[in-house]
Amino acid sequence: MRTLTRLTLTESRLFLREPAAVFFALAFPPILLIVLGSIPAFREHDPNLGGARVIDLYAPIVITLALTMLALSGLPQLVATYREKGILRRLATTPVRPVTMLGAQLLMCTAMAVTVLVVVLAIARIAFGVALPHLVPAYVLAYLLCVLAMLSIGLLVASLAPSGRGAGAIGSVLFFPMLFFAGLWAPRETMPEVLRRVSDFTPLGAGVQSLSDAAAGHWPQLLHVAVMLGWTLVAGGLAARYFRWE
Amino acid sequence: MAIIEVDGLVKRYGEHTAVDGVSFTVEQGEIFGILGPNGAGKTTTVECVEGLRRPDAGHIRVCGIDPRRDTGELKQLLGAQLQESQLPDKLRVAEAMELYSSFYAEPTDWRQLLDVLGLGATLGKQFRKLSGGQKQRLSIALALVGSPRVAVLDELTTGLDPQARRDAWDLIDDIRNRGVTIVLVTHFMEEAERLCDRLAVIDAGRLVALDSPAGLVSIVDDTQRIRFRPSRPMDHALLTDLPEVSAVERAGGQLVVTGSGNLLHAVTSVLARNQIVAAELRLEQTTLDDAFVALTGRAID
Repeated sequence: MRTLTRLTLTESRLFLREPAAVFFALAFPPILLIVLGSIPAFREHDPNLGGARVIDLYAPIVITLALTMLALSGLPQLVATYREKGILRRLATTPVRPVTMLGAQLLMCTAMAVTVLVVVLAIARIAFGVALPHLVPAYVLAYLLCVLAMLSIGLLVASLAPSGRGAGAIGSVLFFPMLFFAGLWAPRETMPEVLRRVSDFTPLGAGVQSLSDAAAGHWPQLLHVAVMLGWTLVAGGLAARYFRWE
Repeated sequence: MAIIEVDGLVKRYGEHTAVDGVSFTVEQGEIFGILGPNGAGKTTTVECVEGLRRPDAGHIRVCGIDPRRDTGELKQLLGAQLQESQLPDKLRVAEAMELYSSFYAEPTDWRQLLDVLGLGATLGKQFRKLSGGQKQRLSIALALVGSPRVAVLDELTTGLDPQARRDAWDLIDDIRNRGVTIVLVTHFMEEAERLCDRLAVIDAGRLVALDSPAGLVSIVDDTQRIRFRPSRPMDHALLTDLPEVSAVERAGGQLVVTGSGNLLHAVTSVLARNQIVAAELRLEQTTLDDAFVALTGRAID
């Protein structure tokens, strides 16, 4: 436990020394929220959206954007680079098992993602009057399921990628379609019926909808919970099956 | 008392048998060398000793522990320096030492260790900013930070310049003097000859010889070679008639005389009788290189 904490702190320190990673994962999502919120039309109630405002829809999308940056471009590249450089092997020669390092990296990504979540919710509330989640336990559950699904996919990418660069490339290929279905370019409420149906079955589509439901005071739909758990089990299972330490 | 026992070690990668029935023991406090050309199975052998790979057959004990059944106890006693293992680019030297020393039950004073290794001035430096030699020494420091009883150093001096290599050799002597048993994997003859108490010569996965460096040299018959430039052309028969001489060859303006026994005396006596002066005279004796060629049928590189 003490070792896991130490490794997590060291990994976080190293993460904070990468300006590009810090900008895209920690700073960019809140900045995007502020930019969107500065557009007056996005702060108007829209009868087409059931009386909601565009900025209300974007809070959960921006939150999953940060998570996706960490899970698909940060984590796989980090793990694959550590493998490529023999850092995991070196750890295997010490009393610490390399799986502890994996745990530290997952914890670090989760901690960073939660930090952005809190910052985004705070900015949305203070600057743009977006209501805080009504059903907090449901919100936490929805977020946790989304984190699990995305980190499992990130680990699967790390398992299959031949190198750190390869992991970065696979991560960015997955990045855009995932966020498209999360509604980054057009929120789910504005998607045609068919697209929204597809989105229901993607981890971020299910995640964003569950966060929105919980924010509005409802428990996530069974379908979305099942979709996120399904991605976690399939991607996590495959990652465990194909993971290589060297 | 043997601190490492390896008996009948076999390791296969698919069809390829990397290590084929290697056995040896390492005594407490010695510097034990594993010498062989690239791809001979040296690294695979020590990786089985370190518990990084599971042998297909054979029996290994390190400090009485089977690396396959180790639950962490062996890792406290054995420090390993791997070939081509790096650290995160932006990790600082002091952070790496602090982190790795926290892994062990009885870590050594890492600041003092870095001073001994000449890294005392690099505490705040990031790994990527270190020179090749500094990275290599940091790697040794990480292998030693847990106060191990056995240190396995794999191709320690590859990529170092000659001065850094000599410094590393002094350091290894120093570590042994603190009572640490050292297993040194190398393909440098000079390194093996200079440092090791005993040497295992491995070729194509098999142990071909196990002895002290001097013992290995004496396995090969005591062939000697004399080179010189005669002051005037001479009849080779003057030399080939000598019982000590087995061959005479011309190499440019020089003669190369191969033979055994008291070769130098025999050759110089004949030259003196014929008033021939031998310029640029050199006597070459058998080296570990020659022993290696005799044992494996080829040169190491």
